[in-house]
This record gives sequence, C-alpha cells and structure tokens, in this order.
Amino acid sequence: MKETRFNIDENRIKRRIMLNNRVRDLFSVVIVLVMAILLVLLYRIGKDSIGWLDLQFLTSNLSIFPEKAGIKGAIIGSLYMMLVVIPITLILGVATAIYLEEYANDGKVQRFIKINISNLASVPSVIFGLLGLTFFSRMLNLGSSILAGGLTMSLLVLPIVVVAAQEALKAVPSFLREASYGMGADKWTTIWRVILPVALPGILTGAILAMSRAIGETAPLVALGIPTLLMRIPNSLMDNFTVLPIQIYYWTLDSVLTREYTFLAAATIVVLLVTLFILNSIAIVIRNKFQKTF
Amino acid sequence: MKDNNMDIVYDVKGLNLWYGDNQALKDINMKIEKNKITAIIGPSGCGKSTFVKTLNRMIENVDGVRTSGEILYYGDDIFTNKLKVEELRTRVGMVFQKPNPFPKSIYENVVYGPKIHGIKDKKLLMKITEESLRGAALWDEVKDRLNENAYSLSGGQQQRLCIARSMAVNPEVILMDEPTSALDPVATMKIEELMEDLKKDYTVVIVTHNMQQAARISDKTAFFLNGELIEFDVTSKIFGTPKDQRTEDYITGRFG
Repeated sequence: MKETRFNIDENRIKRRIMLNNRVRDLFSVVIVLVMAILLVLLYRIGKDSIGWLDLQFLTSNLSIFPEKAGIKGAIIGSLYMMLVVIPITLILGVATAIYLEEYANDGKVQRFIKINISNLASVPSVIFGLLGLTFFSRMLNLGSSILAGGLTMSLLVLPIVVVAAQEALKAVPSFLREASYGMGADKWTTIWRVILPVALPGILTGAILAMSRAIGETAPLVALGIPTLLMRIPNSLMDNFTVLPIQIYYWTLDSVLTREYTFLAAATIVVLLVTLFILNSIAIVIRNKFQKTF
Repeated sequence: MKDNNMDIVYDVKGLNLWYGDNQALKDINMKIEKNKITAIIGPSGCGKSTFVKTLNRMIENVDGVRTSGEILYYGDDIFTNKLKVEELRTRVGMVFQKPNPFPKSIYENVVYGPKIHGIKDKKLLMKITEESLRGAALWDEVKDRLNENAYSLSGGQQQRLCIARSMAVNPEVILMDEPTSALDPVATMKIEELMEDLKKDYTVVIVTHNMQQAARISDKTAFFLNGELIEFDVTSKIFGTPKDQRTEDYITGRFG
C-alpha cells in the first residue's frame, strides 16, 4: 500500500499548458522574423539582378561598361580553384580520417590530434589566408596564382572534410567489421571493401558541404592578394585569377562610384546562391538516398 | 612434445584471459575434436562467448584484453606469429550472434571471402556460391534473387547466408556464437537441422544459451561457470549423469 500521497492542483496543470503555448508562440515569432529577414534580402537581390542576369552576363569578360560586363572570368576562376581543392581535400581528408579512425591507437597523441582537427574547423578563415600568404605565396613563391589560392582554400576546408569523414566512418556498424575480420580479411581489405562503401554517402555529403564553403569563401583569398579586377581569363594553374565572391566584393565596393555595379553584384550573388543551393541539395539527396541501408 | 593427433583440432592449455583487471577465463584446458559439434553452455557472463572468440582471436579487437597460456591449432600456437591471424580466421570461420551480412547482394556476400583470397573466375565464384548456399540450406529460397540486397532476407535467412558466407572459404572449423538467439523458433529449427550436415565437413563449436539446443545437436558439451571450465564430456553424460554438482544444478534449472 502506497503511503505518500499528494493532491493534484488542477490550476497548476492549466498554468503549465498556458506556459507551453506562450513559449511555442514566442518561438514561432522568432522563426517568422528570421525567415522574413532572409526573404527581404533575397527579394532585394533578386529585384536588383533582374535585367542584368542573362546569358551574356555569364559568358562575357569584365568590361568598363557595366552593360557589357560579365563574370566569365570569375566563374572559370572558381572552377579552376575547385579543380585544386576537390582532389586535395578528398584525398588528404579521407586518408586522415581513415588513419585516425581505423589505424591509430587511441593514445594521448591521437586524442590530441583529433581535438585539434575539430578546433581547426572553427579557426577564422582569414587566419588560413595569412598562412597561405606566408607559406604558399611567399615561401613557395606561388604568388596569387590559382594553385596558391586552391591550396589555401584546401587547408581551410580540410578539417571539415576530415571531421565529416570521421563521423561517417564511426557510423559504420562494428558488426560489419567483425564479419569481415572473421573471414580472415586484413584491415585494409576490410576498409576498402566494407567500411568505405558504407561510409561513402556520409563522406560525400560532408565533402560537398565543404566544397560549397570553399566556393563562397572570400577572406582567405583577400589575404592572399587575389586581384579584384582582372580582365584576362586564366588558363593555367599558375595564372592569376579571381572568383565569384571576390567579384561580388569588388562590385559592391565600387558601387559608390558606378551605380550599375550594384546590379552586377546582385546578379553575381544570385549565380553564387543558386550554385550553393544546388550543391547543398545534392548533399541532402545523397544523404536521404543512402541513410536507410540499415 | 607436439601433439600430432589429427583428430584434435584445438588443444587449449592453461588459458587465462583478462579484460583489464577482470579475469574472464581461468586456466581452461580443453581438447576439441574434429568433425564433432562441441557445445559450450553456461549462464550469462560465464565466459563462454569470450572463450569461443579467443579461438579465432576475435577477442583481441576488444581494448585491454590480455591472455596467457596457449591454444594449439593442429599443433601450432595461435598466439605466436607462426600462424598469421588472417590465416587462422580463414581456416576457422565464425557465425555471430546477430546476423551480420554486408549491405551488398546475396551473391556478393557469399563471394566476399573467395574474392579477398584472389579468386576472380566468374564460373568458379558462381559454383562456390551455389555450393555454399546449398550447404547452408538456403539455395532453393534465394537462387532466383542472388542480386537482391542481403537485407531483403528474413533474419533466419540472413543467418543462414552468414553461415554460407563462412563456408565459402572452405574453413576447417566453424565457430558459432549463439547463432540462433536472435531468431524465431522456426528459423532456429532450420539452423539446428543444418548442424547435423555441417559436421560431416566441418568441426563446429557452438556457444548456446539454450540447454535443449545443446542436448539436441552436440556431441560434446562444455559447461562454463564464472570463467572456469567446470565439466567437459560427451553430451549425453553432461545431461544424463553429470559428475559435478554445479553442472547438475545448472542443467536442472536451479540457477542461470
């Protein structure tokens, strides 16, 4: 027989339900406000870009006449830079994650490395720019070439890829490893044939998100001294280059002098946003498609 | 003094095992015979799973495990480098508690072992697949859907696929760690029926929680308690006239 009893206060229940409703309302207002700010921004940019964003804009070089100016150079510069960033971050990032998760013993040194990789992912991007300026541009004498920019950007997003790949590897159920080891498979065979195929969607998702960060990032390239005004289209990794976000930066700065630059900047922003939107969508599709394996 | 008796597959001598400071196996001495089914029974935490995982060194994947003593596999100590762990595990297959097929097709699951051993000939791989799946009494159920994902099979079918997968590398021994504990009675019965055929070609060591299962299928039974091997004898003796009082208490259901 239960001895301790207490009376249930019905008013208290009512008060708690009321509080719950008020909290819900508050959060709803906050989300509406955030969305509204975003929509206003998108609307203004979209409106400014109307009439300026067309095929001619995408396929023309820079010009001193705003009507003739295009972002072909920036698009090609961004593409070239990604040609450097993608292989370097994927190979180095996945290899690092495999070493840390599968091969390294869980000693003090390994834990120190793991913590620091996570920390690196939150270092301000301009710091990476300064590192790139010192090391790639000056010490290795790469100047402000595509190679220097790509390597610097690789350093910036590498921790993101490593952390994402580590998480993806960790999520592979241990019974699959056991099954493989139990068949007499060595470690690398197990990683190559069992673990990587299962972890690949997770790795790809992280990699794509890292790539979209690299495409949209400006600060490290500014630190490298990437020219904001470049009339020539780059055609090798050692050429000078500019990228979409730098182009936006330049046109926004100079819109004080030439009013039409506002519209050019807006149009470029739309191009960049659409690119990022597509990349993130691909990442989401990959994640949804493969996460139901188990 | 090498034991060259080919009927003895495993000769375990003075095996101790610790998880950190916690001793899980205490001075185990045991000979496992060829083409017999040896059942390992005992209450939870008695070390029976640990023991069977030591036989193919899978236990070493757990952090902080130490062993002493020796386990001779056809005369070779498995803890020395004379027998590489990869080779040991090729000759000694394992079926786990929970069915663990790879998220690949049924066919790819079976040929995983042969492929890592370098077999590329498609015809040969197909032949191995059919033989292994027949050996695991699964062929008739899956022969028309070899390219389907293994996870489309039922739990019992998945476990038989895992048995087929381990058979595909022609092991001499198959270790089974409570292979039916995650399955329903019908699937369990199918696997028990299979065991009788398995011992023609393989030596089987099976850990089981289920004493009736041990009595039904095994030739010899070992009773473990608190990390010690209490009694090891012909199954009918263990369940009929056990020598040790603790064995009798356990099999009559007084504890465990």
